[in-house]
Amino acid sequence: MSNEKTPSRSEWPLWEVFIRGQHGMSHRHVGSLHAPDAEMAIKNARDVYTRRNEGVSIWVVEAKHIAATAPGEKGPFFEPSESKVYRHPTFFDIPDEVGHM
Amino acid sequence: MAEVDNKALFEFLVRMGDNTLILGHRVSEWCGHAPILEEDIALANTALDLLGQTKMWLDYAGKVQGEGKTADDLAFLRDAWDLRNVLLVELPNGDFGQTLMRQFLFDAWHSIILGHLLKSSDDDVRAIAQKASKEVAYHLERSADTVVGLGDGTPESHKRMQAALDYLWPYVGEMFETDDIDRAMAAAGVAPEPSGLKADFDALTGRVLADATLTIPEGKFAHKGGRNGYMHTEHLGHLLCEMQWLQRAYPGCEW
Repeated sequence: MSNEKTPSRSEWPLWEVFIRGQHGMSHRHVGSLHAPDAEMAIKNARDVYTRRNEGVSIWVVEAKHIAATAPGEKGPFFEPSESKVYRHPTFFDIPDEVGHM
Repeated sequence: MAEVDNKALFEFLVRMGDNTLILGHRVSEWCGHAPILEEDIALANTALDLLGQTKMWLDYAGKVQGEGKTADDLAFLRDAWDLRNVLLVELPNGDFGQTLMRQFLFDAWHSIILGHLLKSSDDDVRAIAQKASKEVAYHLERSADTVVGLGDGTPESHKRMQAALDYLWPYVGEMFETDDIDRAMAAAGVAPEPSGLKADFDALTGRVLADATLTIPEGKFAHKGGRNGYMHTEHLGHLLCEMQWLQRAYPGCEW
């Protein structure tokens, strides 16, 4: 390994940004940015991601605090559900009066 | 309440509009050059807010003047001696710290005067203040945080912020100068006398600059001459040269 130890750099940490588009919707991941602390991360998110009236609420979380699945575990994690169509509610007749679902 | 004299009202409006025009242009000079992407976008947002406010102030000024001039005419076709911005906003950006210190000092004054203008006797002034005060509340929050972050940061950032404060502080006094125009505006209930805003400004800046571990210079000297058009600094002409050259070289050009 040529790069065993990451050199220490005085860069700001990376934050992931989640924005609620309107009341009643869930927060959605919109991107990431750098900031020295949580307060500045929220301000930066406001300036970078809500310039065109995209949001009513912002969450930020430092990227290192997100636990994620590894790409290598894709098979065991996700493939088994591919063949289980009965988990989808597609075998029910929906009465016409229900309208669009 | 005293009758509003249109000449005095026009002067007041261009003072407001020229402050935001010139500072907006100065801040926009950082576009594409700020130390990091996030700050670059944040500064561009601030510049755009200020230009939006400029349009409102100068459009109304044009209406009051009654010569059929638009905000564009007033922004791009007046020369330095007709501009009425305070000297503080025309000073060069310097380093990032100096830019943010200038922004903070202006934002502090700006937020305080806009708070008073929300109660103006003039409907248009009140409407402009309502829109602008929300934008400026955010500008102030951001610039104050940055001043604290850099002032109470590394030895290098602290040194630069103190140098910025030392350089800019003598330009603060002009924002609180009160002349006949201000007295006419106050008598008509349009705007407060600037001198009356000083106590709130001192309290606000005192708190933030103490958090930033910075020392306010003791000198009482104040550079003046911007808001009354007596004499701008040599920096304004250069700024206008860049800002106005297109309208000067191609009069009436639109795109």
